[in-house]
Amino acid sequence: MSTGTIERENEASLPDSGELLEGSEQIYVAPQWKLMYWKFRKHRMAMVSLVVLTIFYLIAAFCEFVAPYNPEAFFTRYTLAPPTRIHLFDESGTFRGPFVYGLKQERDPETLRPIFTEDTSLIYPIGLFVRGTPYKLWGVFEADLHLFGIGASQDQAGIFLLGADRLGRDLFSRVVYGARISLSIGLVGVFLSLVIGVVLGGISGYYGGVVDNIIQRVIEFIRSIPAIPLWMALSAALPPNWPVVRVYFGITVILSLIGWTGLARVVRGRFLALREEDFVLAARLVGSSEIRIILLHMVPSFLSYIIATLTLAVPGMILAETSLSFLGLGLRPPAISWGVLLQEAQNLRSVALAPWVMLPAVAVVTSILCFNFLGDGLRDAADPYAR
Amino acid sequence: MAKYILRRVLWMIPTLFVISIISFVIIQLPPGDYLSSYVAQLREQGDQLDAAALESLREQYGLGQPIYVQYWKWVSGIVLRGDFGRSFEWQQPVSSLIWERLGLTVFISLLTILVTWAIAIPVGVYVATHQYSFLDYLMSFISFVGLGTPSFLIALVFLWVMLAVFGINASGMFSSEYISAPWSWAKFQNMMSRIWLPVLILSLDNTASIIRTLRANLLDELNKPYVETARAKGVSETKLTWKYPVRVALNPFFSTIGWTLALLISGETLVAVVLNYQTSGPLLLRSLQSQDMYLAGSFILMLSTLTVVGTLISDILLAWADPRIRLED
Repeated sequence: MSTGTIERENEASLPDSGELLEGSEQIYVAPQWKLMYWKFRKHRMAMVSLVVLTIFYLIAAFCEFVAPYNPEAFFTRYTLAPPTRIHLFDESGTFRGPFVYGLKQERDPETLRPIFTEDTSLIYPIGLFVRGTPYKLWGVFEADLHLFGIGASQDQAGIFLLGADRLGRDLFSRVVYGARISLSIGLVGVFLSLVIGVVLGGISGYYGGVVDNIIQRVIEFIRSIPAIPLWMALSAALPPNWPVVRVYFGITVILSLIGWTGLARVVRGRFLALREEDFVLAARLVGSSEIRIILLHMVPSFLSYIIATLTLAVPGMILAETSLSFLGLGLRPPAISWGVLLQEAQNLRSVALAPWVMLPAVAVVTSILCFNFLGDGLRDAADPYAR
Repeated sequence: MAKYILRRVLWMIPTLFVISIISFVIIQLPPGDYLSSYVAQLREQGDQLDAAALESLREQYGLGQPIYVQYWKWVSGIVLRGDFGRSFEWQQPVSSLIWERLGLTVFISLLTILVTWAIAIPVGVYVATHQYSFLDYLMSFISFVGLGTPSFLIALVFLWVMLAVFGINASGMFSSEYISAPWSWAKFQNMMSRIWLPVLILSLDNTASIIRTLRANLLDELNKPYVETARAKGVSETKLTWKYPVRVALNPFFSTIGWTLALLISGETLVAVVLNYQTSGPLLLRSLQSQDMYLAGSFILMLSTLTVVGTLISDILLAWADPRIRLED
């Protein structure tokens, strides 16, 4: 028991001293953001998550380029085709670089299920930066360059990294396009909650008294009612004939109307703590206006906490959108989000037939985990003076 | 103590009032009123509602009158007569549809809390006293999985594995022969043989986070001087851990039990939809899809009310267990 305690202390202090040796002089003169960066860098998982999330957001930003196909393109011959296997050596064992075989579709004579076999006489090498289906990047720039592809026309052969869905659409392309909505809804939703949370939490913490009491009761109330049934009811009320963009904003508003409470609590807590600090008193004594005190003195000193809390709030938003769309109450096709894609997996029979329709879940889980780790790392780094 | 309970109960009244307003707004959200959709539906089936019946329904729900009159008629019907309105999809009073399902939801939620605690407390204490053991690492791993994987996805994967590997269809709350059978001991046993699945899935989330927090709290507590003093006086390790540090470390959980309940009911809604259970979640979803608003609004009202009542009970229990809370103002 007691040895366990000593071990823990040693472990915690060792990297610290290592860090100190590295820049033992610098640590006394380093600006705060540098201290934060040093502290953040020590959180391995947070660093890895930052890289993964950057890649995810780049994919979301350039999804037309990353996806080999148009997400709405049907490949009638490849309905429910399994993920395409990528080969390096052909049948005779010669190295051919990465390539895929053509697919032959047959039907099981008993169950009438489609069976796909590889046609080893047809070889399609995978190329980087190939020309393919034309698209408009961000709806503006016309282009036809894709990150990868097999350069064959759609009726000859296809490459389906994650298989095809029941209409013969490439699941990988759809996941890539879905990233744009699913990942951005988290950011937009959190931004809206931030606005509500900072305003109400700030008022609550700065003025205190009756206002504080009322706002705290409201927060307690919102937290004590089950969120998902309420979300379901509110999003079911969005008119079904709304265009995709409006539904998207409707959903984010609904999510943030309930989601701001956590942020408001953090902001209020920081305000309460800072209100008593000497530098705030000093600013007040020299006659600074309240707005100036809040914006110039208080906000910068808890900005890091806000960023960390924001990061930890993003996965909740992503998850909420996924759950709602999964139930068919959030975004609806033709919108593509990870939740919409997972709707395909709601039917157990189609999951049994084509387990790869569950693969969008991997994207959801990965991004949620990464945001959690990143938030953990940022929270640790937010206060670089704490041990 | 009586004063504390009284204050808490009084505080519940405005909360319930706000909940009822939100539910009423939800009922009013879709365009058109309940009666015109009901009449339209009857006409579709070739039926006509005679003018007298129509007028009595108008009167009953206060349609056409100001919104606060409608609200009053709706809410007084619930409080005084237990009348939640009518589900026009099912052609039944809402009250005959919701109680059994709400009961099952509460049953699953309470069972989940019990299972969560039965697993989390012993394991949490164990990993705090045996840091860096195999179980400690295993629990960190499970808690990361629980953190990143929404419970409805776990349910989905589980169903698929059961079907693909064992050929068992694990969805549904009862075996087929019991679905429409009246309640009996055999039906209850049948339910219990299946219900462990959602309970386990739902408790996974919470168990992992409770273990992590309990571990951290307990580690802080175990390093305090009073523990060292007790050890020096020769108190046994078991008693040393359980008598005071565990109780102190558990305190934060008792005080957040209300939120836990809200989260559980949220999670249960989704998992029940995936598993196709006869609880409130799937029926709420269906009523929302078909805009059967009196049914949907009643579910929102009752689920929220149940959570608030649950929070009240847990607060009272907490005050009974910890005198500091009932004395503080």
